[in-house]
Amino acid sequence: MQPNNRKLLTVITESVLEQMLCDELIELGANGYTVVNARGRGSRMIREAGWSSDSNIRIEVICEENTADRIIKHLRERYYENYAMILYIADIAVLRPEKF
Amino acid sequence: MDPVIWFFLLGVIAGLFRSELRLPPAVYDLLSVLLLLTIGLKGGVELARQPLGGVLPQAGAVLAMGFVLPLFIFPIARYLGRFKRPDAASLAAHYGSVSVATYAVAVAYLGTKAVSFDPQLPVFLVMLEIPALIVGILFARGIEKGTRWGTLAHELFLGKSIVLLVGGLAIGWLAGPEGMVSLEPLFFDLFKGVLALFLLEMGLIAASQAKSLREHGLFLVAFGVLMPVPLACVGALLGWSLGLSVGGTTLLATLAGSASYIAAPAAMRIAVPDANPTLSLTGSLGVTFPFNIFIGIPLYLSIAHWLHKAGS
Repeated sequence: MQPNNRKLLTVITESVLEQMLCDELIELGANGYTVVNARGRGSRMIREAGWSSDSNIRIEVICEENTADRIIKHLRERYYENYAMILYIADIAVLRPEKF
Repeated sequence: MDPVIWFFLLGVIAGLFRSELRLPPAVYDLLSVLLLLTIGLKGGVELARQPLGGVLPQAGAVLAMGFVLPLFIFPIARYLGRFKRPDAASLAAHYGSVSVATYAVAVAYLGTKAVSFDPQLPVFLVMLEIPALIVGILFARGIEKGTRWGTLAHELFLGKSIVLLVGGLAIGWLAGPEGMVSLEPLFFDLFKGVLALFLLEMGLIAASQAKSLREHGLFLVAFGVLMPVPLACVGALLGWSLGLSVGGTTLLATLAGSASYIAAPAAMRIAVPDANPTLSLTGSLGVTFPFNIFIGIPLYLSIAHWLHKAGS
């Protein structure tokens, strides 16, 4: 892997999980994350951002490949079955690799 | 009828016709913060006027009711409604816990009828929020290893409503009636207006439940309409036997008959992930909340009047 290459992991899920997920991301080795509110439509139909019980968040994590794999494995095992969750991963180049 | 609930109706109609009307989430949050603080402060100020000694045993009795109510709700949902175990447990938690919005509407209603109520009712509101959630979780999964009790306890005891209600009670109690004078315009005078705006948004949210209501069918509607009245009767009987006034009895009945739609959904989502979250939410928000504010609360006031007349 080139020194500037990292993985961008994006998780779209229920906002009720925010605190728990963010703690787990750090435990699994991520150095940081970004959370934004989100709304949209998927297999569990329309989810509004307006109201806490029914809103979504999008969490972005930039990390190294093995950390990304660990996070993905954990999320699949723990949340896929019962929670609305979309997970995707992209290759990105970062400008300050020492931060991630 | 109190004009504030017409705002709820306006929200429902606007929502059903897919109007663009929508309060920004931050505004809705602020309104709920104001309502919770107002209810807490009001109770705290009134409690400061009298000795606290008598309130403790009453609060204990109300807490016990909080644990007992879901024990009746669960079997009805499980065996009569044939809901899956986690869904029935989640329903028991929602219907055993309380709705602050319903309480606020009842307070406004008592205001228009010029019925006063006991100051300790906000304390009872705090007491009733959590027990049913614990019972619901135990019904769903027993005491098993995987439960994240730490996260859950944090969610239960440091949720917005508990923090603001308890905080408001404490501040009101410490400040006393004189200390609160300067805060009255925001918290007390604006109460009805804040409630009206809050109910407008509640109407929009309730209307968004209409679709899942059609999917979940008749039993959920029947459950949502029929469940509150017997529960409220338990609350009314307890209130009357604790020696509460007619207004206090009405409010305790309202609390017992109301169903949570903020604390319970969040806690159940974390603790009982295999329960269908729309089922309980549709029941409590789409059916029971409108039932209570239009029919339930006036009915509970009549029940309280009747109990007090029959008992004297």
